[in-house]
Amino acid sequence: MNDSPFSRFNLLQRQAQKKWVALQNSPQPLIYLGAASCGRAAGAMLTLQAIQETLEEINRSAHILQVGCIGPCYLEPLMDLQLPGLPRISYARVSPEKAKRILRAALLEGDLSPKLAIGHFGDDAFTQQSGIGRFFDLPMLKPQVRVILRNCGFIDPQDIDQYLAQDGYAGFIQALQKGPLGVIEEVKQSGLRGRGGAGFPTYKKWEICRAAEGEKKFVICNADEGDPGAFMNRSLLEGDPHAVLEGMLIAGFAIGAQQGFVYVRAEYPLAVARLRQAIQQMRQVGLLGEDILGSGFSFDIEVKEGAGAFVCGEETALIASLEGERGMPRPRPPFPAEKGYRGYPTLINNTETFGILPNILRNGGQWFSQLGSPGNSGTKTFSLVGKARHTGLIEVPLGMTLRQIVFDIGGGTIKPFKAVQTGGPLGGCLSAAHLDTPVDYENMRASGSIMGSGGLIVLDESTCIVDLARYFLTFSKSESCGKCTPCRVGTRILVETLEKISRGEGEMEDLDVLYKVADTMQRTALCGGGQTAPNPVLTTLKYFLNEYLTHIQGRYCPAAVCTALFEYRIIAEKCTGCGRCVQVCSSGAVHGEKKEPHVIDVDKCIKCRACVEACKFDAIVGVPISYRQPQEVTL
Amino acid sequence: MDQVALTRLMRENDCDPGNLIPILQRIQQLEGYISEQSVRQIARMLKISENHIYGVASFYSQFRFQKPGRHHLKVCLGTACHVQGGVHLAQEVEKQLNLRSGETTPDGAIDYEEVACLGCCAQAAVVEIDGAIYAKMTTDRLVKKLKELRSQEALLSEAEGQSLSAPASA
Repeated sequence: MNDSPFSRFNLLQRQAQKKWVALQNSPQPLIYLGAASCGRAAGAMLTLQAIQETLEEINRSAHILQVGCIGPCYLEPLMDLQLPGLPRISYARVSPEKAKRILRAALLEGDLSPKLAIGHFGDDAFTQQSGIGRFFDLPMLKPQVRVILRNCGFIDPQDIDQYLAQDGYAGFIQALQKGPLGVIEEVKQSGLRGRGGAGFPTYKKWEICRAAEGEKKFVICNADEGDPGAFMNRSLLEGDPHAVLEGMLIAGFAIGAQQGFVYVRAEYPLAVARLRQAIQQMRQVGLLGEDILGSGFSFDIEVKEGAGAFVCGEETALIASLEGERGMPRPRPPFPAEKGYRGYPTLINNTETFGILPNILRNGGQWFSQLGSPGNSGTKTFSLVGKARHTGLIEVPLGMTLRQIVFDIGGGTIKPFKAVQTGGPLGGCLSAAHLDTPVDYENMRASGSIMGSGGLIVLDESTCIVDLARYFLTFSKSESCGKCTPCRVGTRILVETLEKISRGEGEMEDLDVLYKVADTMQRTALCGGGQTAPNPVLTTLKYFLNEYLTHIQGRYCPAAVCTALFEYRIIAEKCTGCGRCVQVCSSGAVHGEKKEPHVIDVDKCIKCRACVEACKFDAIVGVPISYRQPQEVTL
Repeated sequence: MDQVALTRLMRENDCDPGNLIPILQRIQQLEGYISEQSVRQIARMLKISENHIYGVASFYSQFRFQKPGRHHLKVCLGTACHVQGGVHLAQEVEKQLNLRSGETTPDGAIDYEEVACLGCCAQAAVVEIDGAIYAKMTTDRLVKKLKELRSQEALLSEAEGQSLSAPASA
């Protein structure tokens, strides 16, 4: 009995917890640095260097944990400091100089620099004592519920023991106890639906795959997060890779598979590295390979890098790619659950679906089904980006309204809000009228969009809707695999028509072309990609028809994006004559005396926007081309 | 690619045409691109046609068939970057270096690619230079970064005592 999988696991867990407690109670300070890709882009590695230098200069030592993304990416780089006996305190936008200042003050003088802190992770008593608010009371974080992201930003993803100490792999042990059918029953109770966006009940896919006959079975984690503007899977894989791998173990056990693949984008080098390291560590402690923990269950996981094709997010295309072919979708049925990778039954789930599973097994399906709204249980991660004030990675219960997400969590927009694009390039663009729509599978579909994998792009008045539709269709056109005509030719016609409208050559008949082609694609394209590719056109036509009409009939782009349909003018009342625009103009189009309002020579202006970016007074605006008389322009 | 390395690579991949993509990825990692010679070699060893290999390789945006530059410049045109003016960064590259996506400067210093999404959307607009991602880029900052690259190149050529062709209009 002593050598049962459970006692072996208990031993692993106890050792890991001991290490974790020792770390948390260490006499040395703990420094957490957000070192996911987004943090690195903002300069986290320079901050890390400054931290190490400072410690050396003042001759102190500390544990430095490079953690994943905790969410508020707009505040990166984030550095958190935990002094012995005190809760962890978070500091935002920590430049190397700021890191030096904070560390010197804290470690030499015991001064926590409360003015620079954005929040702490302790109790209310500490709020009183320190004058710093709680991190999770920040407006961006308060409405969130963290299930999938529970470890992101809290543990070092490079250390399996830190994951084990947070009850990691306890879900898998539960699965071993419940048996395959018990696991599927638990997933059924949880009401979990596929987080790739289609929302198919997860347990059903599992039942089909379990029942399918095959001498081998495979599990594939779809981490080919191709939606431009979405990075939830990247963050999860970088910040908590073991959660996803544990989910794959659970799924493999439930359907009776022996081999798993993680199909991850090559554009995510850090995620690939984290996964490879995590898999190696699993093997070392006996959580992967032959006869896992002596349970009799054998399972292996391999990382496969995608080679850059959006269509490979579609499951049959992904399988083709894994088999060394062009990533082109195949007609379904047969579904991969019956006949997939190399002809064997194959279960494909999204990264996030796998990331949720350990939580369901640990806490029970019942617990999970109580989160979210009826029929749409649980939480979902979103990447909230674009013109929102607070951009970053968020996790909310399904059924929360767009308004809560964009305005409460995202802090709204600086310029007036115009729209929010959900579901990536295959999703739709929703207007202010939809702000009270709950975000769940059915409501998103009813509005003409899709839930998708979770990209939310907030748009304000500086975004041109026609240009956005053109952007998405250009993307779909270049990513269309070319197998079926409706998608290959349809996307091309849509792009050409939208380009014609952006160029100022649009006619009213072009709108009919858009409707007709979009309708044909929806009805006849081979895969979900082609069927949903027209969504951005259809939703913008439905909710922003006026903007199309302004482009076609008014020959004007109100957002000053379509260069053929506006010209720049300086509002004399706002211009202070600072001359910054003159400095940045590469074509010598701006003139004016110092401290006097400047003027743009429209014949020389190439509309590169450099002056608009440089102007601190919003004095440069786009106006209709034919209209050259001075007039009040409302922003 | 030399025969020994190639044989080892094939053995690691079981000489299985199903592993064509990992094989191509590894070759690109080692040599920077997929040369005609490599394609011929793989075709022979995997017993598949060169056509088939090009068919697969050209389907994926990752593979390049031209020798890369010494520095790699990528401009992200993901949705968040598009909304935050990524296209102006791409235009600036064209203006400064006279490069379009997929091209390399004549002196072999910088290759340039427009990519769909680097996954750093909350930091948009971003560019990637030699593997490092730079956040919240503006045309102004991009011009400065390109100047830095150019001066690095100038130092390099001085150190090597060779004269690289003059950079395109800076």
